[in-house]
Amino acid sequence: MLRNAWLIPLLPALSFVAILLVGKRLPRRGAELGVGAVGASFVLACVAAWQWIDRVEGATGKSEGLRAFGKGVLGGEGGEHAEVAVAPVTRGFTWWQNGNVEFNVGIAIDGLAVMMLFVVTLVSFLVHVYSTSYMEGDRRFTHFYALLSLFTASMLLLVVADNTIQLLVGWELVGLCSFVLIGHWWEEKPNADAAVKAFLTTRVGDVGLMIGIIVLFFAAGTFDIQAINAQAVEGEIGHTLLVVASACLLGGIIGKSGQFPLHTWLPDAMAGPTPVSALIHAATMVVAGVYLGARLYPVFFEGFSIDGGTINVMALIGGTTIIIGAALAFVQNDIKKVLAYSTISQLGYMVMGLGVGAWVAAVFHLFTHAFFKALLFLGAGSVSHSGSHHSFDMKADMGGLRKFMPVTFWTFMIGSLALAGIIPFAGFWSKDEILATAGQNEFTFFLVIGLVGAFMTAAYMTRCVYLTFFGEYRGHGEPHESPRAITVPLIVLAGFSVLAGLVNASALEIEKFKEWVEPTVAFPALEHPEFELAGAALALAVALLGILVSYAYWFRNLGPHGITARNPLARAGYTFLENKYYLDALYENVIVGSIKGAIARASYWTNQRVIDGAVNGVATGAAQVGRFAYDVLDQKAVDGAVNGLAVSTGQTGGLLRYVQSGRVQRYALMLFASVALLSLALFVFSN
Amino acid sequence: MALNQFLILSAFLFCTGVYGVLARRNGVLVLMSVELMLNAVNINLVAFSAFVRDVGGQIFALFVITIAAAEVGVGLAIVLLIYRNLDSPDLDRVDQLKG
Repeated sequence: MLRNAWLIPLLPALSFVAILLVGKRLPRRGAELGVGAVGASFVLACVAAWQWIDRVEGATGKSEGLRAFGKGVLGGEGGEHAEVAVAPVTRGFTWWQNGNVEFNVGIAIDGLAVMMLFVVTLVSFLVHVYSTSYMEGDRRFTHFYALLSLFTASMLLLVVADNTIQLLVGWELVGLCSFVLIGHWWEEKPNADAAVKAFLTTRVGDVGLMIGIIVLFFAAGTFDIQAINAQAVEGEIGHTLLVVASACLLGGIIGKSGQFPLHTWLPDAMAGPTPVSALIHAATMVVAGVYLGARLYPVFFEGFSIDGGTINVMALIGGTTIIIGAALAFVQNDIKKVLAYSTISQLGYMVMGLGVGAWVAAVFHLFTHAFFKALLFLGAGSVSHSGSHHSFDMKADMGGLRKFMPVTFWTFMIGSLALAGIIPFAGFWSKDEILATAGQNEFTFFLVIGLVGAFMTAAYMTRCVYLTFFGEYRGHGEPHESPRAITVPLIVLAGFSVLAGLVNASALEIEKFKEWVEPTVAFPALEHPEFELAGAALALAVALLGILVSYAYWFRNLGPHGITARNPLARAGYTFLENKYYLDALYENVIVGSIKGAIARASYWTNQRVIDGAVNGVATGAAQVGRFAYDVLDQKAVDGAVNGLAVSTGQTGGLLRYVQSGRVQRYALMLFASVALLSLALFVFSN
Repeated sequence: MALNQFLILSAFLFCTGVYGVLARRNGVLVLMSVELMLNAVNINLVAFSAFVRDVGGQIFALFVITIAAAEVGVGLAIVLLIYRNLDSPDLDRVDQLKG
């Protein structure tokens, strides 16, 4: 299966075409095709994961393979056996060749890819199922499913890519699909605007990615990811080039993964249907950036000198994003926007994790975050679907829904606790590991930022849960529990949110994730933190404190309520947050405005005078050349030659027609005369 | 054996034939001149065959005689058709192919 993993992206791609062609004529209007194809992909991804794990276990000397998993849990064998190199399974062919440069199409399957395949297909499958109910009766139901399939296919293509070109293709396809899906209800202007904003903002980062890929190609001489990584690790690429390449690639990550300062598109992307938000935030769009960081990690590792223990750009961007995103989540009234800012903040954790050398932890956080963030988004969708009549405003239309929607409430609670990092839910293990690695690698600054972020995360999630599920119902409808197509995915995801963390629970000495996912070929030697009770306890305490403070403020009505009305400083801070640090204003008024104004005028002038002049000049010149060509070349030279040939042929014919007398005897005379002449010539010249 | 007198006779006959073909206007006489040329060739073939003592040339002459008979059959048919169409065997009047 590992060698045939190309089937996994192919199936949703085929279903995209099939839904477009015949979707509208099917009884479920194309949904069954999408669900079926992604479900099949999920099964294949599970098989691939199983085989990869078996391969790793086989290589590390546990011949009984997976059966050792149970023993590992019980006996705590994890991490004791020696490191054995397990190369990725690759397969591909040359797409086209240009000189010495080969452009390949292929797959490279290793632990990271297998993990992503599993997560993407699982979340996508659940989203497909969920949407059958959530999107029922939508005006573009069939197209929604077609694009959902293409979205999944693009992300899977990106994941299995063995070279940077193919990765870029998947990356851009993901961006395109997210654009279309965010603007699914484009009849309303804000939705269309949000789609364009998402597309253009990520495009800013994509330029960086493209330059980075080109720089890497000229530095390493290949597009092959494995080869680039190997060269970066062995120091065959100059450090300066690596710095440039990693800085450019980081631009791509910042754009795609919603890092500061290009995070502004992500909250606006909430304009799309909720299942799309879940897919974008959990499995496909935004994690593509983190995946890129993890995939080309040796480049970043060497480029930013991550092992040095000094502050580097990657960690700094991630750290800033954690705080910025979390702070904004406090002032949102839209439940999806709270979750969107929370995603930004959590992505900040992942990027910071990569930046402080916590590769395993960052990827692990990606893994667990996918489950609980998909859960939270789908939960929010369930609330709006059945509880608040398609509103997402927590303050105006929600509250007290706990009694009406028990399944949604409990699963949302599990997701929130996982996000807040409460033991034993998934988020605790992964977040704690990032913090532990940051501490171990002496990135104390980022450890502190991570702890502050954990505090804030716990606090804003408590606020969100309070406003949605507790207190009095403030809406105007009759809230009820959602249908089974919505609740079953919630329950499945809740199960994963509880259990996924146990795959790499370092406190219990289970480090399966590290064994299975971390590459052993062409990868820098990373420090792996020992579990520290004190650190974990501190992180947990901070999260609990966050919940406690928030609980006291909202549930018990303690603390300085109404301080924003009384204290000008607090009000200023609140306004600052409400306006999202004025970043949108900066982008729209200052940058876009200046482009609209001065630069637009300048370019208009250039357009009119320089470019139009040049174009007109070229046109006039071309016209004159054309006239010359017509008069002289065409009429005189070419036509003259043709006519002359015809006339001379005619005249020659006129002369020759006298020979054609039609009299056989004259022909015979010529024949005999010629024979006589030729015989004479033969006689003369042969002697 | 002397070869020359045969060759001279043959050359004389051939030239007579050529003259007949080129100069006579009656189609039947042109055909007869062609027969003269063929027979000049036959004399050559038989003479050389006897001179080099190889019977092949004589066999060749027999073939030429057979083919000449067939050729005369076709040729007389053509002349007959010309006569029917033009009421005359005069070949100068057969010039519809002139350019």
